[in-house]
Amino acid sequence: MSITTETAAPTSTSPGRKAPTRDRKEAWRRRGPLLPALIFTIIVTQIPFLITLAVSTLDWNIQRPGEKSFLGLGDYQSFAGLDNFVTVFTDERLRTAVLNTVLLTASVVIISTLLGLGMAVLLDRKFIGRGLARTLLIAPFLVMPVAAALLWKHALYNPDYGLINGTLNWLWQLFGAEEGPVVDWISTFPMPAVVTALVWQWTPFMMLILLAGLQSQPADVLEAAKIDRASPMQIFRHITLPHLRRYIELAALLGSVYVVQTFDAIFTITQGGPGDATTNLPYEIYLTMFRKFEYGEAAAAGVVVVIGTIVVATFALRTISSLFDEENA
Amino acid sequence: MTTTTETPAVTADSDVGSPPPPSRIRARRRKGKDAEEKVGPFWTVTAWVLTLLFFAPVAWMVLTSLHIEADAASNPPSVFAPITFENYGALFDRDVLPYLINSGIASVVSTLLVLVLAVPAAYALSIRPVEKWTDVMFFFLSTKFLPPIAALLPIYLIVQNAGMLDNIFTLVILYTSMNLPIAVWMMRSFLVEVPVAILESASLDGAGLVRTLVSVVMPIAAPGIAATSLICFIFSWNEFMFAVNLTSVSAATSPIFLVGFISSQGLFLAKLCAAATLVSLPVLIAGFAAQDKLVRGLSLGAVK
Repeated sequence: MSITTETAAPTSTSPGRKAPTRDRKEAWRRRGPLLPALIFTIIVTQIPFLITLAVSTLDWNIQRPGEKSFLGLGDYQSFAGLDNFVTVFTDERLRTAVLNTVLLTASVVIISTLLGLGMAVLLDRKFIGRGLARTLLIAPFLVMPVAAALLWKHALYNPDYGLINGTLNWLWQLFGAEEGPVVDWISTFPMPAVVTALVWQWTPFMMLILLAGLQSQPADVLEAAKIDRASPMQIFRHITLPHLRRYIELAALLGSVYVVQTFDAIFTITQGGPGDATTNLPYEIYLTMFRKFEYGEAAAAGVVVVIGTIVVATFALRTISSLFDEENA
Repeated sequence: MTTTTETPAVTADSDVGSPPPPSRIRARRRKGKDAEEKVGPFWTVTAWVLTLLFFAPVAWMVLTSLHIEADAASNPPSVFAPITFENYGALFDRDVLPYLINSGIASVVSTLLVLVLAVPAAYALSIRPVEKWTDVMFFFLSTKFLPPIAALLPIYLIVQNAGMLDNIFTLVILYTSMNLPIAVWMMRSFLVEVPVAILESASLDGAGLVRTLVSVVMPIAAPGIAATSLICFIFSWNEFMFAVNLTSVSAATSPIFLVGFISSQGLFLAKLCAAATLVSLPVLIAGFAAQDKLVRGLSLGAVK
């Protein structure tokens, strides 16, 4: 696990002495194997977003009769311009959804990155059963997200027979009390309940990336620091952390891009409730589409999510690109 | 593709120019590091306590799935209640099998399709790179960052009009596009590690692209292909958002079975845990099998 140095040939390697036609033929011969994947990706990922963009400018509710056909895919009412975007930013529910999305993503990413860093530091040192510990730690990330959400909701958070209240009850009885406290975790703390379940799921992801970062530290630098009698804390602050910086950025940014899209956990644990306390944008878009049937608004909210993601993704791409350039230098 | 030394020679030369192969550096480094590091019992205990705390929900899920409903719903929890496998039997009585089969078809077929598209693409982005190959790489990556929820409406409209709702083939296509960028990045990161000299010596004179890929590239990159397949399998198997909105009965996958399970009456915790364990099992196995390569897939090949 380290960033290895790679040596892919730069593109313009064709010697100039060749005839231009041969160059062109060679260029197409090289492009050939790439084209199926490229064309497939363009069709399946780009066209839907263009359609979303177009629908976001329409007044289109499928419960009302529409007069104008949209590419033969359905009939909409009228052209709405930017009205849907005005709705997205003024509608109370959608504004709440935007705020919830930011809150949820930021809490999950920050907490799981810190926890993941702690676990990675622990696992970077050799101890008895380290391999097994690492394997067990990956498990939360591999459990099907819907299964994990149901597990937290019913087996852990349930006020009557969930493991958390059950353990509290057992502890209380152990110390002679009649009964432990009964807390309805999901309705009392809806957002922390969702955040906890997601942190549990995402910490292994952060841990794996940060552990790879730790293990790619040049050993000679660490040894030199030890010979110079730097304390473990000094080594961590002045050598390890700067080295890890890009790995932390990468983990946090990729994590953000994925956690923004959270749908399974909201759908399963809280259905966005109570009220709209845990409704995030993906869930709100789903509701707007399939419960309110406001296609135009759903598309506009989708465009907003894309723009928000692009902002985060730009930073993520920059980090990946710096790791990538280093490898291909 | 012939073995002429004209174009890829640059790659070969620069590869020879960097003396020790990365794997050797890595091995030496780790050995030196581990040898001097001895941690005390405090460190070991802390690490294990945290690990077990993190693993506890999974352990609890499996344990509860092996209890009868009454024991599963007891408070305080009955950890040492008798073990039974009846919950798993009950799942098959409730027809979990079609859901598992649908999940299997969607993930295996989409993974195969991904490989068919990604292996040649990665070849064209590493071994015999097209011009501007970095731009192409970053185009693939950027599609992975587009939130699928924003594509749900148009996809729903198109699929509905094509009469493809509740059709497993719809999920196959969507999962292929979802995993293709990951696979291209992963496969490329594996292919660039293959020394060009090996490819050169193994390549066949005058062999066409397909033969070069099948008889030269694929055998050498087999471990990478295996790891990539497992990662793609994991993501497709676990996908929920498209599955719940685009399927209903005949193409519904395992997560849909889980969600539908809840509406039933009475005690269901033990059966729910059995269902959750059963549907997670393929991915747990795939993930443990691929754990050394998992980080590469999750970081889209950026970290090894």
